[in-house]
Amino acid sequence: MGLLDKEFSEGNIVIAKVDDLFNWARLSSVWQLGFGLACCAIEMMATSAAHYDFDRFGVIPRNTPRQADAIIISGTVTLKMATRIKRLYEQMPDPKYIISMGSCANSGGPYWEHGYHVLKGVDRVIPVDVYVPGCPPRPEALFEGLLKLQEKIRNESMRKKTV
Amino acid sequence: MKTREEIFEILKAQFPDAVLGIDASLPTEPLISIDPLKIKDICVFLRDSEELKFDSLMLLSGVDDANGTKTKDEQGHDVITGGTLSVYYHLDSVYLKHRVTLKVSAPRENPDVESVSYVWRSADWHEREAFDLLGINFLNHPNLIRILMPYDWEGYPLRKDYKNPEFYLGMKVN
Repeated sequence: MGLLDKEFSEGNIVIAKVDDLFNWARLSSVWQLGFGLACCAIEMMATSAAHYDFDRFGVIPRNTPRQADAIIISGTVTLKMATRIKRLYEQMPDPKYIISMGSCANSGGPYWEHGYHVLKGVDRVIPVDVYVPGCPPRPEALFEGLLKLQEKIRNESMRKKTV
Repeated sequence: MKTREEIFEILKAQFPDAVLGIDASLPTEPLISIDPLKIKDICVFLRDSEELKFDSLMLLSGVDDANGTKTKDEQGHDVITGGTLSVYYHLDSVYLKHRVTLKVSAPRENPDVESVSYVWRSADWHEREAFDLLGINFLNHPNLIRILMPYDWEGYPLRKDYKNPEFYLGMKVN
């Protein structure tokens, strides 16, 4: 329970805004789709493994898009793969988030000029929330990306936008 | 163990029409040129002959020689007409510890080369790759379809005069 552990005696009522409660729950358990594309995926796996332990931020890889909250595009997106990524994204339930990891997913990276088979940035097919620069980014950089995403989720609101 | 010149002499004696020559002036290794429509018989001989025993195709690669006439189209893209596309075969004999490199050149407009996938099964995917990226047509291949690019891709990306499409399935390419 961390933050609220042993703060209340039995039978107490906690009052919070729905936005704050939902956002706190969402940002504390960003389950990611277990999905890797290229060398960035190796860094992503290292991030999930024991030494860096992505799980301490609540990030657990899930094996189906139906149970995932976030997808980390970790590597070179070829045109052939882009159609599949779009489908995976569409299969995820809302609210869903995208972290674009590394130069290839951000902008095409080294394939920018002559990559006849590479999509020049995954944001051409799906809307990206956080871009993590690097080639490949170190696990610390991916942490920073996740913290930025958590910051974004924290400031979301369920209220209908008024004009 | 035999040198490449000795292997060339054996092949030349066996197939005087199909073996076109040997280029020994290269800084890397001598290349034996073969007729593209007779490469399969020669490869069967290379594999089964007692004194050669080439049991392994290490590598099969396609090359765009770009030795035709170069012109520009209206948009300023290079167009190559004539010339050849080549396929290189790097063979190795594990038994006899010798190697050889073969080369076939087929005309660019009609690049037909006999498949050697029945001689060495490793040629199957290599030939599909050469077909995928350079458009070399391997005759009698069991399954000559694209291996890396999407099946509905148009053109052959590693040809020197390849022009990238502007869009693929609604996605901007460049």
